[in-house]
Amino acid sequence: MTVPAVTAAAPRGGRPRSKNWLGALPLLVVTAVAFGIPALTLLAGAFTVKDPATKVSSFGTANLARSLQGPYLNALLSSVQLSAVVAVAAAVAGTFLAQAVITSRFTALREAVLTFSGVLSNFGGVPLAFIWIATLGNSGVITTALGLGPGVLYNFWGLALVYMYFSVPLMVLVVTPALDGLRPQWREAAQNNGATTWQFWRYVGIPVLTPALLGGLVLLFGGAFAAYATAYAMVGSTVPLVTLQIAEALTGDVLIGYENVALALSLDMIVIALLVMAVYLPLQKRSSRWLR
Amino acid sequence: MVAVATLPDVTPGPAATARPGQRRAWRGIVLVVAALYFVVPMAVSFWFTVYSEGQGFSLAAYGRILSAPGFLPSLLLSLALAAATIVAVLLLTLPAMLAVRLGAPRLRPVLELISTLPLVVPPITYVVGISTALRDGVDALAATPFWATLIAIQDERFPFVLVLAYVMLTLPFAYRSLDAGLRAIDVRTLVEAARNLGASWPYVLFRVIIPNIRSSIASASFLTLALVLGEYTVAALLGYETFPVWIVTISGNDGQLSVALSIISLLLIWLLLLTLSGAGRKRR
Repeated sequence: MTVPAVTAAAPRGGRPRSKNWLGALPLLVVTAVAFGIPALTLLAGAFTVKDPATKVSSFGTANLARSLQGPYLNALLSSVQLSAVVAVAAAVAGTFLAQAVITSRFTALREAVLTFSGVLSNFGGVPLAFIWIATLGNSGVITTALGLGPGVLYNFWGLALVYMYFSVPLMVLVVTPALDGLRPQWREAAQNNGATTWQFWRYVGIPVLTPALLGGLVLLFGGAFAAYATAYAMVGSTVPLVTLQIAEALTGDVLIGYENVALALSLDMIVIALLVMAVYLPLQKRSSRWLR
Repeated sequence: MVAVATLPDVTPGPAATARPGQRRAWRGIVLVVAALYFVVPMAVSFWFTVYSEGQGFSLAAYGRILSAPGFLPSLLLSLALAAATIVAVLLLTLPAMLAVRLGAPRLRPVLELISTLPLVVPPITYVVGISTALRDGVDALAATPFWATLIAIQDERFPFVLVLAYVMLTLPFAYRSLDAGLRAIDVRTLVEAARNLGASWPYVLFRVIIPNIRSSIASASFLTLALVLGEYTVAALLGYETFPVWIVTISGNDGQLSVALSIISLLLIWLLLLTLSGAGRKRR
């Protein structure tokens, strides 16, 4: 009896604790190498300016300034715009779809929609682009059948339409638990006090849903903002997007002195993503007290 | 369809009876529109692969997949990368998560941060960092033994650098599913009981912990597999021909083939994820 008792106390002693800490070491080291080195290189490179004539590198903000001008600025703005349009449209559509499924009498429908949302929200990249090209591309089935003519898909709104395909299911997944959390009693209480449906949503439903809606918006914005494969396979470079510009600056021929613009553009992207997170977190904290 | 049909007789009715009907009507419209939006492209692209103006119906596009040049090497490369990533991510995260639970709770916020970062940083910016680091690294380390390592991890046949990148990208998903599994069992009690009975650390890990969280390990592995099989950005920009990169390369000449490949690779990934959500449901 006494021997196990002694060893039971041991985990609180010095030796096992140091062992426990060591368990996390491999992950920390690998993260420092695989994530830290690229991140620091990116940061350092974005602020390193190479003089085209003397080939001397110096610290400076010229890359960042360039990345916020002309076609680069256009691409950045167009990416933000596209992501915002997709996030808002998909958030609205996803919320309506989730509410329609939740209030339906068929539980099988609910299960099916949630399962497929899980699957479709992971659906991006190249296959998504090809499936839409087969549908609405220049020689797509629907384009030919309806005689729509070329170029329906290869523009800003075409991209938005395609991005909705993975954004709406993601929103359904995010907002369903929150919609489930709206208790029927709240609705009954509101009705007994003479509130209309609109008033219920305006003063009870939407405020309670706000954290979930905000969380969804941030996720959808991030997903659309970071998307590269779908856009590349679909529009090449006809629609200016920051991810396409970065890839072009990284792989293609770049003007002398512009080598580090891809790094500066990447930094811009990360800053925008962080800003979106920074706006969302305090709002979410303030309004999440109603659920749970 | 039925729900849409009720729309006309709802509007003239008195308010009291109109409300449920109206509700059903908007629900029907929403569901029909959603069904059309999500089903039509799938159905139409399948049609696109089996029917062509000149030849009529044929499944030839699917037959061409197997004989297309580069199909097998790229698929095998993606599968090998996925296997290596799954092993690596489990070997790295499980000990770290156990450490946090057993004796280093102060590391928990660090782990949370590490497993959130890849979600904030877009993959393309991550690739830019990696490729710049590799290029500068080769220049800077040319005279040292590290140079050989740096070249070795970029081997065309098995680019280990992709495994590192994929471990980072999959970390948020692996962390969350393993966390859910570990939350459900009392790790500390299990480990202390096993240790008191004289079990060695490897024994505790492989015979006590892992069997108890088998389904979360399976779900973390499935998610990683799906991610690696579908990942294009990192592999393409670092110049490796993985399966998704090959699909884009081959798509130039043969539209039907590329759509057929998209459908096949989708079905594959869907099957994985459906298995996963099925397993998740059974657990509950």
